[in-house]
Amino acid sequence: MSFISGLKCRECGREFPAEPLNVCDFCFGPLEVVYDYATISEVISHDRISSGPLSIWRYQDLLPASGEDPVDIMAGFTPLMKARNLGKRLGLNNLYIKNDSVNPSFSFKDRVVSVASTKAVEFGFDTLACASTGNLACSVAAHSARAGVRSYVFIPWDLETGKIVGAAVYGPTLVSVEGTYDEVNRLCSELADNYPWAFVNINMRPYYAEGSKTLGYEVAEQLDWRLPDHVVIPSASGAMFTKIWKGFNELACLGLLDGVEASSFGPDQNTVHHPAVTTRMHMAQAEGCSPIVSAWANGQAHVLPVRPNTIAKSLAIGNPADGIYAIRVLNESGGTATAVPEPEVVEGIKLLAETEGIFTETAGGVTVSALKSLAESGAIQPDELAVVYITGNGLKTLEAVDSVVNPLSIKPTMRSFEGALNERIGVGG
Amino acid sequence: MSKQRVKFTFLDDLVKQPIIYRLGQSFDIVTNIRRADVREDMGWVVLELDGDDADIQRGLDWVSAIGVRIDPVSGDVVEG
Ligand SMILES: Cc1ncc(COP(=O)(O)O)c(C=O)c1O
Ligand SMILES: [Zn+2]
Repeated sequence: MSFISGLKCRECGREFPAEPLNVCDFCFGPLEVVYDYATISEVISHDRISSGPLSIWRYQDLLPASGEDPVDIMAGFTPLMKARNLGKRLGLNNLYIKNDSVNPSFSFKDRVVSVASTKAVEFGFDTLACASTGNLACSVAAHSARAGVRSYVFIPWDLETGKIVGAAVYGPTLVSVEGTYDEVNRLCSELADNYPWAFVNINMRPYYAEGSKTLGYEVAEQLDWRLPDHVVIPSASGAMFTKIWKGFNELACLGLLDGVEASSFGPDQNTVHHPAVTTRMHMAQAEGCSPIVSAWANGQAHVLPVRPNTIAKSLAIGNPADGIYAIRVLNESGGTATAVPEPEVVEGIKLLAETEGIFTETAGGVTVSALKSLAESGAIQPDELAVVYITGNGLKTLEAVDSVVNPLSIKPTMRSFEGALNERIGVGG
Repeated sequence: MSKQRVKFTFLDDLVKQPIIYRLGQSFDIVTNIRRADVREDMGWVVLELDGDDADIQRGLDWVSAIGVRIDPVSGDVVEG
């Protein structure tokens, strides 16, 4: 069973039943899930969590879908690894990498999609769908295969090959749209009104977005129920950023953090801030699409939409739906937002690969480069505990790092090898 | 006849122009504002348009041609 009591409009507070709805009828604001935390606090415990499955479903009490028979390809419970080499390079003695690039379909999207598809099946849908720039397409296709339901995934025609193949292999109906991602979105919004499908990020959005909270829970659990001093997170819509913060605060309010007293959630579950949650939330965007960073830096009350022009395609959302909520979290947590210059995206990918043996996609390159500038500016102090979220896998964006390939090309003889080596580095015969 | 939910985002001088009024008058569309935040140099309005499909399309083409950004309000289409 799940402990949700309904949906609530984030803007006007009107309440709705827990149905496949995402927009308030009255003010067209986004709907969010409402939980019965009083009951959750009676059942939840560290023991109950640690005896659960090694996937996001160990946190089922705090997810908006039933965990009895989830659509589960084992999303989550990914490694949290101390990053000694990268830390040394950046002057950080307590740096950890949350390596979410090793999820089943190779991005953090498996967390949100596992929740959305479980909920969709619960609602009786027989078709999943999404608009995507890639990672989401892969995840929706994979989870539909697991659930034995149909799927339609809509992508812009110019995606990276790794994402196209990585979605097509699961057998969805792959729809390649002649247009930008923005246009794919518009099309899907219209389709969602006309087809009885579960669009994971449209009509299933309130449930879907909650899946990202598990990125907060897991890091806390892996740190023995403590929170980091700093986290660095890549953002597109800003949804994951706000949900990680929500996850930290839920744990605090439920008394699940080491040495922290439980407290009430107050009138608004979505914006609750427990005083023991002092983690600074740092956001990373690529300069070619950084509407949230700009609005935060300029102290604006609006996020001005931009036309994305970035190598980090998975972060290329010009009109971020959760931007304004993410800015609230930035301000409340005392965090910062960094726009990473485009050339540094690839530098970030290489830095992580060369120091820690982890190959991330462009979104991770953005995150690592932002981390670097936070370390350099002193925003993160050497002994503070920092966690950097690596949310996608490098094999999906091979094109971005083509330039690293520069082999010694030789004949199959030792002489040829040594000659080539000599030429390259001045060593050998 | 149909209904469409949209979000207009205005910048600079466009904020001061009576765009929604003209949209209603010139294209025979009923405009119903649900939520808005308008400041001196920028603003957005979430509204529902009620009218003939063709009229709505012509109206939106006009709004977009004068430089207003139009987004669908199917909530927040988030991505991956
Ligand atoms: C790898 C990766 N990281 C981060 C994000 C950003 O997530 P959000 O839209 O929740 O900000 C995305 C997709 O949007 C992604 O694909
Ligand atoms: Zn509302």
